[in-house]
Amino acid sequence: MTHENLFILKNLSKRFVKGKETISIFDGLDMTIPKGDFLAIMGPSGSGKTTLLNLLGGVDQPTGGEVIFDGERVDSLSESQLTKWRANNIGFIFQFYNLMPMLNAERNVELPLLLTNLSSKERMQRVHTALKLVGLEDRAKHMPSEMSGGQLQRVAIARAVVSDPKLLLCDEPTGDLDRQTADEILQMLQLLNRDFGKTIVMVTHDPAAARYASRTLHLDKGQFVEKEQLMEKSA
Amino acid sequence: MSIFSQSWAVIVMNIRSLPRRLWMSLAMVLASAVVVAVLLAFLAMAKGFEVTLQSAGAKDVAFFLRTGSAAELNSSVTRDQVNLIAEAPGIARSGNSPIVSPELYVIVDGIKKSSLTEANIPLRGLDPQGVELRQNFTLVAGRMFAPGTDELIVGEGILREFNGFDLGSEVRFGKYKWKVVGVFSTGGNVFESELWADAKVIQSLYNRGSTYQSVRAKLTPDADLEAIKAYLENDPRITQEVQTEEAYFAAQGKSLSYMAIFGRVISSVMAFGALAGALNTMYTSVADRAKEIATLRAIGFSHFSAFVGTMAEALVLALIGGIVGALSAFALFDGMNASTLGGSFTQVVFSFEMSPELVLQGVYLSLIIGFVSGFFPAWRAASVPVAVAFQGGR
Repeated sequence: MTHENLFILKNLSKRFVKGKETISIFDGLDMTIPKGDFLAIMGPSGSGKTTLLNLLGGVDQPTGGEVIFDGERVDSLSESQLTKWRANNIGFIFQFYNLMPMLNAERNVELPLLLTNLSSKERMQRVHTALKLVGLEDRAKHMPSEMSGGQLQRVAIARAVVSDPKLLLCDEPTGDLDRQTADEILQMLQLLNRDFGKTIVMVTHDPAAARYASRTLHLDKGQFVEKEQLMEKSA
Repeated sequence: MSIFSQSWAVIVMNIRSLPRRLWMSLAMVLASAVVVAVLLAFLAMAKGFEVTLQSAGAKDVAFFLRTGSAAELNSSVTRDQVNLIAEAPGIARSGNSPIVSPELYVIVDGIKKSSLTEANIPLRGLDPQGVELRQNFTLVAGRMFAPGTDELIVGEGILREFNGFDLGSEVRFGKYKWKVVGVFSTGGNVFESELWADAKVIQSLYNRGSTYQSVRAKLTPDADLEAIKAYLENDPRITQEVQTEEAYFAAQGKSLSYMAIFGRVISSVMAFGALAGALNTMYTSVADRAKEIATLRAIGFSHFSAFVGTMAEALVLALIGGIVGALSAFALFDGMNASTLGGSFTQVVFSFEMSPELVLQGVYLSLIIGFVSGFFPAWRAASVPVAVAFQGGR
């Protein structure tokens, strides 16, 4: 059975207990992410963007509500089940790349494939395909310290896509890059969305970055709001 | 396959990241090395003493002391008793003569080379048959003392540790002068810590009449020690008891076993100190790698791999320390000469003995340090919140 929506969040709530105080981040949030979507999520600091990304990526669990991924509930999975689920379905792209500094580009990209039963040869074939896709095949043996910010983010993208996940979660993917390099990275994400059908959720502060997405949602105090509303509040 | 490959990958990454924590890592290696070296020094000392005594004892030599005497110094055997002992069952014979060696054991003074202080040395009186009963006896310089003269031969241990016993020199004990005519070896055992001279001359000079202090007797291959004991008990004229020479020296060798216990206590206390340092190193390591661990966990690496990676790092560092400590102890202490008071209030010269078993004990200790110091930080590594990966920061 196929599902049109990759993610459905129903009546989602998330609360943190800090000392005697309970902080509510989301209370009754609803959201749908269709397959093949390229969604940008914007909002001021503290609006809940990163918490939402953590919930979508299965690195945090909701206090209440349902998280349905490709037709299956994932909000009640155990920690180890979530770990496997992440390995099979999610690719992460971080603001500061989060590459392993002691591994070269090739070995960094190989990391998600170590969780599969692929042979070493098969893993290397996939690694080189991914590096070729991001235009860094000739940098396979380079260490992270020998690469520029743009190159590092491209290696991180290769790592995110090498195991062919359904969803890419990007946390400020261009936050550490100059405009030109940021545009190159965003074009690459667009290509992955358009030509390879990857569903992408990108958290960003940058309106220019958000314009590369097919749609943008604005988050404020744990609720999605119309852009105009947000601007009014800011004014 | 997956668990193995992901754990291996984490181990490799952790080890490769060690240069980032070079000084902390070296401190842990050093702490482990010092603990192991100290432990091995004590154990090698105790082992060396034990080997020196135990290797002196032969299974096929019966050793007779006055009942209740723990050592030769406070034992006595009359000439008549020697003759009765010689007729006990199971005593080997050469032609018609039983192979027995009645011996005297008196204490003389010597000056230690290390401290230039006086210390007790045993002067043993024996005859040529007594010399033959010693395993591995070789005269390494000079000649054997002549019976009935004031000549003596000196053990190699005495020559190493005491002044004034060089071949050809004259030594004075009280009012008597002796001439050193030979140097002997018995393969490094306790007899090398002795001076040997003719038994009858010692009897005469030290007013011992016709008494001795111990008797050694060669046993036949089928000798039964119980039969000899029964023979001694059934003859009221005999006031001696018997054991094998091997058993006698084994008991004497245990007298320095407190050194091994002391060494273990000291090194255990030090190990606790080293553990504190090692725990600090490993917690620092986990903090240093928190973002990497969280990233791997986000990608899908298991808790277990994060745990194993940290444990491996701790074990590797502690093991390197253990090996360095063992090698240092081997280089510094193996074969080192020392002397201490033995069971007869005389100096026993012995060498520190570093055996593969002792080195293994050191390595085990380092692995214990590694395991304990790695376990709790590894547990923390396994529970680093994955959200840390999203919190940014270079």
